[in-house]
Amino acid sequence: MTTDRTALVALLLPAAVVFVAFFLLPLANLALLGGSGKLGWAAYLAVLTEERYLRSLIATVLLAGATTLATLMISGVAGVFLSRNRFVGRALLTAMLTLPLAFPGVVIGFMVIMLGGRQGLVPEVTDRLFGERLVFAYSMVGLFIGYLYFSIPRTILTVMAAAEKLDPRLEEAARSLGASPVRVVRDVLLPGLQPALLAAGAICFATAMGAFGTAFTLATKINVLPMVIYTEFTLQANVAMAAALSFVLGAITWAVLAVARTVSGSTVAAAG
Amino acid sequence: MQSRSPYFWPLLAFTLSVCAFLIVPVAMSMLAGVTRNYFIGVQSGLTLEWVVKVWTDYRHTVFRSIQIALACLACTLVLGVPAAYVLARKSNAFTRAVEELLVMPVAVPGLATALALIVTYGGWGEFRRSWVFILVGHVLFTLPFMVRSVLAVLASIDLRTLEEGARSLGASFTQRFFGIVLPNARAGILAGALMVVTLSLGEFNMTLLLHTPLTPTLPVGLADAYASLRLEVGSAYTLIFFVIIIPLLIAMQWAAQPIARTSARPTR
Repeated sequence: MTTDRTALVALLLPAAVVFVAFFLLPLANLALLGGSGKLGWAAYLAVLTEERYLRSLIATVLLAGATTLATLMISGVAGVFLSRNRFVGRALLTAMLTLPLAFPGVVIGFMVIMLGGRQGLVPEVTDRLFGERLVFAYSMVGLFIGYLYFSIPRTILTVMAAAEKLDPRLEEAARSLGASPVRVVRDVLLPGLQPALLAAGAICFATAMGAFGTAFTLATKINVLPMVIYTEFTLQANVAMAAALSFVLGAITWAVLAVARTVSGSTVAAAG
Repeated sequence: MQSRSPYFWPLLAFTLSVCAFLIVPVAMSMLAGVTRNYFIGVQSGLTLEWVVKVWTDYRHTVFRSIQIALACLACTLVLGVPAAYVLARKSNAFTRAVEELLVMPVAVPGLATALALIVTYGGWGEFRRSWVFILVGHVLFTLPFMVRSVLAVLASIDLRTLEEGARSLGASFTQRFFGIVLPNARAGILAGALMVVTLSLGEFNMTLLLHTPLTPTLPVGLADAYASLRLEVGSAYTLIFFVIIIPLLIAMQWAAQPIARTSARPTR
């Protein structure tokens, strides 16, 4: 038994060493550096006190919130539909809906340009229909569309997995007792799916807060927090401010995921 | 033929339009990558000219990304599989805290992790300038996926009984690890490996800060092409990326199926 214990420690050790050396220590270092600039430790409050940063924080939170709501509604409907119906082509449709699961942010930015950029599909169509080109890619709207694109596949998967585990007989029972479709959704489906929706929503929110590739592709003018951090670091060479802001951003996303994990009781992590 | 609810057709139409939203831009960009002049349209003719141009100018980014992804896979296998086994064997406050910590690099934005690495190790010139600096970031980011994938499979089998049996027959720890644990974790290792390679190939949030002008990766090259080159070139570059990544994504869907089935089965 004691030799087993030694072996177990030895097996965990390599991962622990790499993790401490390349993640925990650098992160602690970043936290210290954040307090070493012109503002001192007040840099951590600058995100609330300086109008420029506060505006971008509010914009980022609103964008992430809107993305989360829209994603949950769209993926909730599509996910429940796919898990409750059997039809020809269902497997193919599911595979296509989850294909962009691991597309990187930059590529998603390009997909938005394909849809709403200067030579995109939507401007082309609105030009034919109304004689005006509706270009939306290089703005907050484009970023919103991009984050939707990114979040829908993984959320559909989560909703489908959760709906498979819900007993369809509960819905049938409610229906046979005379419940309207709205009531079946409100009183049976939504409570059953709630943990999965919370977990998926937290991932959407955290990813939309911290993602960077899509905004980078669409326009450097979009004023979301990750872009502000990037600009502070590269153009302003204000490393301390960039450190403080990214530490605050990291703390927010981590906290959102941690809260969702406690509430929903499942493992939650963002990606990309 | 069972009768469909009246909501079936509107819901199907909705789901199909969501699918179109996701797939149409992919198809458009693939087409644009082989179109002579996208502004004029497909009638300008199809060509591989742009793909060849991108391959000539940017293939080093493709090779570097594949190199980093494979090295990242090796690292996550060596670090992650043993760690997942320990987490599956011992479930106490300590291992739960370890699991929580390991997932942090996924919860914290890549931008923050990259900045932390740069302010800490940026002074080590050789290391900073080499592709290994990017690798470190990728390993941190992908390790949780390998650990969780293996852990999910190990948690669904009765590891304790299997190991007790082997031990009572005189199997050493090493024999048990290689003879029982690894073969049983195969599905999780495969799914985790596909995930790690896919994520590493596409990682941009950290890589943009971790790379140097001498070590651009595929996504960094893509961003560069999107920003500065004509649409056809960006599309052709994306097409090359899709050719690499889409088979991996399909393999990932296929590999995830047995795991979803085993973990959906109630344990004990």
